[in-house]
Amino acid sequence: MTPPGAAQPPGGPSPAPRALEGLRVVEFAVFAAGPMVGKHLGEHGATVVHVESRSRPDGFRVHYPPYKDNVPGLDRTGSFALFNDSKLGVTLNLKHPQGVRVALKFAAWADVLIENFVPGVMARNGLSYEAVSSVNPSIVYLSTCNMGQTGPKAGQRGFGSQLTSQSGFTYLTGYAGGEPMLLFGPYIDFVAVGFGLVAVLAALDCRRRTGQGTYIDLSQYETGLQFITPALLDYETNGRIMTRLGNRSPHAVPHGAYPCRGEDRWCVIAVVSEDEWRALCAAAGRPEWSEDPRFATLAARKSHEDDLDRLVAAWTAERTPQDVMETLQAAGVPGAIVHRLSDLFTDPQLAHRRIWRELPHAVLERFHYEAPPFTLSETPAELRPSPLLGEHNTRVYREILGLTDPEIAQLTAEGAIE
Amino acid sequence: MTLLAPYRVLDLTDAIGWLCARILGDLGADVIKIEPPGGDPGRYLGPFFHDDADAEKSLPWLAYNANKRGVSLSLETAEGRGLLRRLVGSAEFLVESYTPGFLEARGLGYEALRDVNPRLIVTSITPFGQTGPYAHYRGGDLIAMAMSGFMSLIGEPGRPPLRVSLPQAAMWAGMYAAGGTLIAHSYRYVTGRGQHVDVSMQASLLWALANAPAHWSLVREDLSRDGNYIVGRNITGARMRAIYRCRDGHVNFIIYGGEAGKRSNEAMVRWMAEENQAPDWLQHKDWNTFNVATSTQEEIDALERPFVAFLAQRTKAEFVAEAARRGILGYPVADVRDIRDDPQLTARAFWQRVDYPALDAAVTYPGPFARFSAAACAIRRPAPRVGEHNTEIYGAELGLSRPDLETLTRRGII
Repeated sequence: MTPPGAAQPPGGPSPAPRALEGLRVVEFAVFAAGPMVGKHLGEHGATVVHVESRSRPDGFRVHYPPYKDNVPGLDRTGSFALFNDSKLGVTLNLKHPQGVRVALKFAAWADVLIENFVPGVMARNGLSYEAVSSVNPSIVYLSTCNMGQTGPKAGQRGFGSQLTSQSGFTYLTGYAGGEPMLLFGPYIDFVAVGFGLVAVLAALDCRRRTGQGTYIDLSQYETGLQFITPALLDYETNGRIMTRLGNRSPHAVPHGAYPCRGEDRWCVIAVVSEDEWRALCAAAGRPEWSEDPRFATLAARKSHEDDLDRLVAAWTAERTPQDVMETLQAAGVPGAIVHRLSDLFTDPQLAHRRIWRELPHAVLERFHYEAPPFTLSETPAELRPSPLLGEHNTRVYREILGLTDPEIAQLTAEGAIE
Repeated sequence: MTLLAPYRVLDLTDAIGWLCARILGDLGADVIKIEPPGGDPGRYLGPFFHDDADAEKSLPWLAYNANKRGVSLSLETAEGRGLLRRLVGSAEFLVESYTPGFLEARGLGYEALRDVNPRLIVTSITPFGQTGPYAHYRGGDLIAMAMSGFMSLIGEPGRPPLRVSLPQAAMWAGMYAAGGTLIAHSYRYVTGRGQHVDVSMQASLLWALANAPAHWSLVREDLSRDGNYIVGRNITGARMRAIYRCRDGHVNFIIYGGEAGKRSNEAMVRWMAEENQAPDWLQHKDWNTFNVATSTQEEIDALERPFVAFLAQRTKAEFVAEAARRGILGYPVADVRDIRDDPQLTARAFWQRVDYPALDAAVTYPGPFARFSAAACAIRRPAPRVGEHNTEIYGAELGLSRPDLETLTRRGII
């Protein structure tokens, strides 16, 4: 780690201490799985440089809605913004011989390098771990890709939403007896983000103690399997192929989503204990349910689950999800609103945690950046807007890499800096 | 060598927090799982080893408590709390998932523990976080799935929103808890100061929504679930299929735009043409001008039809082999058997056998979440039995005598 103050990100120095102040990160990474790791480091004070090029901009800048005013444009996409706040953005053409030379300067400067290309791409660009560690032996180098750097399928391509299916999540989602259901977006990319963040931080700890650099081979597929370990052990030990149950649970009845008043409004109720069951009956004003032998025990409720679900749905249908949640929670019963996307921006709990950080952006005007799900009491996250394409070229090439203005001008004229 | 070997973690979580310390343990930390006498209630979550509902046989328990030693301890007695404070003196991390206020009421809140050990990092994992209007609401997987907005994006329109059948919220919270904990650890390395890391399950699941929140922020588009069609990829509102039925299940394949999509679409059409199942118009389609974001529903429906017919006659294995050979973007909708049999994982020596002498069995686990050149990330010990390491930790490490241990056991403290 280097002393604080080397290059202050936009917004100038901040009042609260930053946990990762002075940490230097360079990303040769696109879409979500790589860049989101850098985002979490950046929002805690690291100096993060996101490297793209005008001929090959980050894919989320190009063909992914939402666009500001529904008009496509490299600086107009919300997806790029959401995953790249708190960073500096530069353009560099890695296909250009001088581009590789500059990229190695970034590698020499950085404590952490993050890349998420298909295996082999970084090596073809002259930026393999061997090449990078020869200029910076103590670097922590994270390679995150679909299936890992080795093995017969290392080169197999596919989007994160598809890898989510390979990793078992799609098969495990759906109505009982029905088709598997698609999860929204590249679910697994974000699983890989959390594990990638952990991996980088653990390797940095090791480096502080030993001076040793680390290469990290992270297979997004293998991170996803950590989230379904009980299903894998069930197959190993019982030979069972776990499948779709709708919203039901073997351990709890009632346990599901129930319709509420309003268009496509729903609530959930998850009764885990007998105390909660009795409290639900009382709170719903249906004491007769708790005396009904069909519902007397978990096993009895399980055998009459359809009947009970109909009764519960009839009760919820006359109420708003908010009303159901407040009534049940006041009685100590786990009940909640099925939030629509728009509800997330008015949810008082998320507001209390300052999850949404509405910040100005030169093109998006105002955008809701998303704070991390953990709050550090001494060193809270501080988010800064995502960079425009090449926004920080001059500053980064001058102040971080120490290039002279004529050198920068020449690299630009040659097309290395685009 | 392991990455976090010098550090001790006290794990006072139940099922919503297990994964955090499991991850730290995989990285080499010395994790001590502290359970109430009689055991963590999560030990009764099924499914069970050989379907035997026993406290030592819960598969979720075994899954997420490997790499931990186990002690029992009652926090309801002064002696028990004293023992915890002694353990805190020897630890760098404490992870807990009690209801907010539970530990404070017992004199074991963050400030009190910091007085014992100013370097301590305390990580709290709860449904909604330590403070705020819902901090005391009852939570759980389904509640977090609903309150994060995740469910509203999954399922058929007009039918109930869905969660994933295998609980996921605790996974997201535990994983992000480990990330936040290690950020705090970096700060401690520089300053010597610990801190309190407050993790919310609801907020952790927000990242499972990927870029959906940007749709609301930027264009006030309130995305909603659409079955097996991708939503939010198109500005005309057209639906694009992502799950195709095949002969023995389903595959995830998308007709895609951009340079990558063009190559994949062309490779798929070539395969279809070789099997005489690509209509002429499809073989001559110019993918350079195909734009997912601006295509209309009519265009997409017409385009999908031959792909639906073709894939319906193929198996998952055929699709996997041809996709790999031809560079088609897509993967099967795999079940656990497909995953267990995947040659990719075998080639990477992913699976790891863990011995359970008490079960007279070796259980094969999914292996490391990442491979590190500097160190191993692996399972080094099975999940503990209730109180399995009481003598080792309280006796050999804290120096309690055998009569002391017997007294504590008799009084139900350990």
